[in-house]
Amino acid sequence: MDTRDTPEQAELRRSARQLARDLGPATVGDLDDATRTKRLSVAVRDAGWLELRHDGGDGAPLASGVEAAIVADALGGGVADTAFAGPVLAADLARRAGAAAGDGAVVAFPFSLTTPALVDGARTTAPLSAVDVAGDHDRAAYVVVPEGPGYRLAQVALDGAPAQGSDLTRSVRVIPAGAPVQEVMRERALTADDLAGWTALGLALTSADLVGVMRGVLDVTVAYAAERRQYDVPIGSFQAVQHLLAEAHCLMEGSLSASLHASWAVDALPPEQARTAGRVAKAYCARAGRTVCETAIQVHGGIGNTWECIAHVHLRRALLSSKWFGDAGEQLRGLERERLGHAGVTDGLS
Amino acid sequence: MDFRDSPAEAEFRARLRAWLAEHDPGLPTSSTDDEYWARQAEWHTSLYDAGFFGLSWPERYGGHDLPPVYDVILDEELAAAGAPPRPSLGYLVQGITVHGSDAIKERFLPGIISGRDRWCQGFSEPDAGSDLASLRTTATRDGDDFVIDGHKIWTSYSDVADWCFLLARTDPDVPKHKGLSLLAVPMDQPGIEQRPLRMINGITSEFGQVLFDGARTPAANMIGEPGEGWRVAMTIVSHEREPGELGYVARYAKTVKELESTVRADPGSFRSDQREAVSWAYVQTEMLRLHVCRRLSERLDGIDHGPGGSIDKLLMTWVEQSVGAAALDVSGPAAVTDADDVALKIYLYSRAQSVMGGTSQIQKNIVATRILGLPTG
Repeated sequence: MDTRDTPEQAELRRSARQLARDLGPATVGDLDDATRTKRLSVAVRDAGWLELRHDGGDGAPLASGVEAAIVADALGGGVADTAFAGPVLAADLARRAGAAAGDGAVVAFPFSLTTPALVDGARTTAPLSAVDVAGDHDRAAYVVVPEGPGYRLAQVALDGAPAQGSDLTRSVRVIPAGAPVQEVMRERALTADDLAGWTALGLALTSADLVGVMRGVLDVTVAYAAERRQYDVPIGSFQAVQHLLAEAHCLMEGSLSASLHASWAVDALPPEQARTAGRVAKAYCARAGRTVCETAIQVHGGIGNTWECIAHVHLRRALLSSKWFGDAGEQLRGLERERLGHAGVTDGLS
Repeated sequence: MDFRDSPAEAEFRARLRAWLAEHDPGLPTSSTDDEYWARQAEWHTSLYDAGFFGLSWPERYGGHDLPPVYDVILDEELAAAGAPPRPSLGYLVQGITVHGSDAIKERFLPGIISGRDRWCQGFSEPDAGSDLASLRTTATRDGDDFVIDGHKIWTSYSDVADWCFLLARTDPDVPKHKGLSLLAVPMDQPGIEQRPLRMINGITSEFGQVLFDGARTPAANMIGEPGEGWRVAMTIVSHEREPGELGYVARYAKTVKELESTVRADPGSFRSDQREAVSWAYVQTEMLRLHVCRRLSERLDGIDHGPGGSIDKLLMTWVEQSVGAAALDVSGPAAVTDADDVALKIYLYSRAQSVMGGTSQIQKNIVATRILGLPTG
């Protein structure tokens, strides 16, 4: 047992954080800087990070959940306004089905955002959400179709799907009901194990993103508390403010410990155990993430409640990462089904 | 990054598991029962004699020179077997190792680690709690001895201790932090009076008050230099705040496991909020277990004696109090109709965690100023 980063992982962590710091938005105004956003997207693509979960040639992914989570953590920390987890999760699902990952493909989710959209027919029957779509291009969104004891990978087009969503750094696009379902060339049916392992990755990446968001918003907020003066002293010298920030820092540290394990579990543990590790991390990180971002807004005072203050960009990102693959309540229900027996709720796809 | 056992760790785990299966001491949960403390020495010795205690400490003092993460395995297996947690002594070992001379280490470490010598820690006083450096107990040089006068409080297990790790004022003429020294004081002598305290959950064998009235200890029993007492005390308390040093994860995991069994045995009779309290306690305990994995792995790069323990202490406190709250919630009316209800005792004991070893407010001051670098007022 040695939970430290390998030298390669430490280098990836360092370079991913550097990239997010250099090219991510430092202010709310930066979100409108299309040149910067483009440079960020190109840099993420050129680094090969969108391909981390592509087939390495033997059916196994090119990189483990640890590396993918290191990048997710870094991009969350910089509230990087570029797609990462969306395409990575789509590539992972395609790999499990033995399909070549479509360029920039994402996964379509039902209203719950916790499972891939399950479609049984030639057209979708409910609106679906494609999360973390890259740019404005019209790409494919994967869905799953029941087939025997498992599922077949299929896709719907994102053509003209309107952009929505509260996160100012990642795009959610809504695919209206009635979208035609298209075949995807693939080698295998997806099993329940495939979906559990894929869900474990989703939980690990959203948890890591939350850890990054917490670290990023705390850096901003601690600096603000040391600068902003009232009663002729920095507000960060008041215990009331210090204690809020100290609690937030501890929540971030605890979240990191749980999320590292979840990211390791994705490929190192059997799928169901990996998903349990993901649920533990996500339950903790989702609760902590919201508290930490709310603390950041509080410490910023009045300005924290204005659009110009970047803290709400972190909070909004945390809200999407929390709900995507299920918030704390969703994870606790899942753990209760696993560990406390009965409750009469069927497990569904997750 | 690898959370898996290495082959050597797996072999150790299997050996430990087999030993635990045959050596269940049948002791109650440590925080709820005087019987545990009456027989704790026996548990310590049997764990030590079987080769399962002092895992990461130097072999020359009775340890095993193993990587620190072996304590994670120990905690996990103790919890899985429903056994008591490991004795919480690591912080004293750290204090002596960092500040003691070779002679002091040779003299005291083997007895602490083996459990042959029992130790208590005399830091707090009735008028020196969070403001520890204002303490008034004096140690006055008299020939080859120091003579000790004063009043210590919250001294855990003082009534069964052979030695006290005593923080006392040896120089009243310098600023308060600079006049303190650390002395090992033998407890079995006429100048020492014990006054047990009863905790809110009813146990009487944990907290005590100790009155020193002309008690003596040889000057050779000083740990560190004269005037170094504050630094020694800070090394000790920083480690006293680390769940990795204390082994409390085993205690929390054991309680959570029992709560889960209770709910699983009759799922229909528990409300959704009770189920959630248990699952949240599980999440918290898992977080802390993984946090300890991370911290003890980081020790492979060297042991940090800095303020990081305050982060761990706050996390540990939230975990213990979540577990305590879950026990109370699951217990239902029994917690108020039966004064001996174990869940009630676990819950009441959990309230102490945000005070002992430095209050949560003091920990937050430390995190804010020494880790986040916020300005002091």
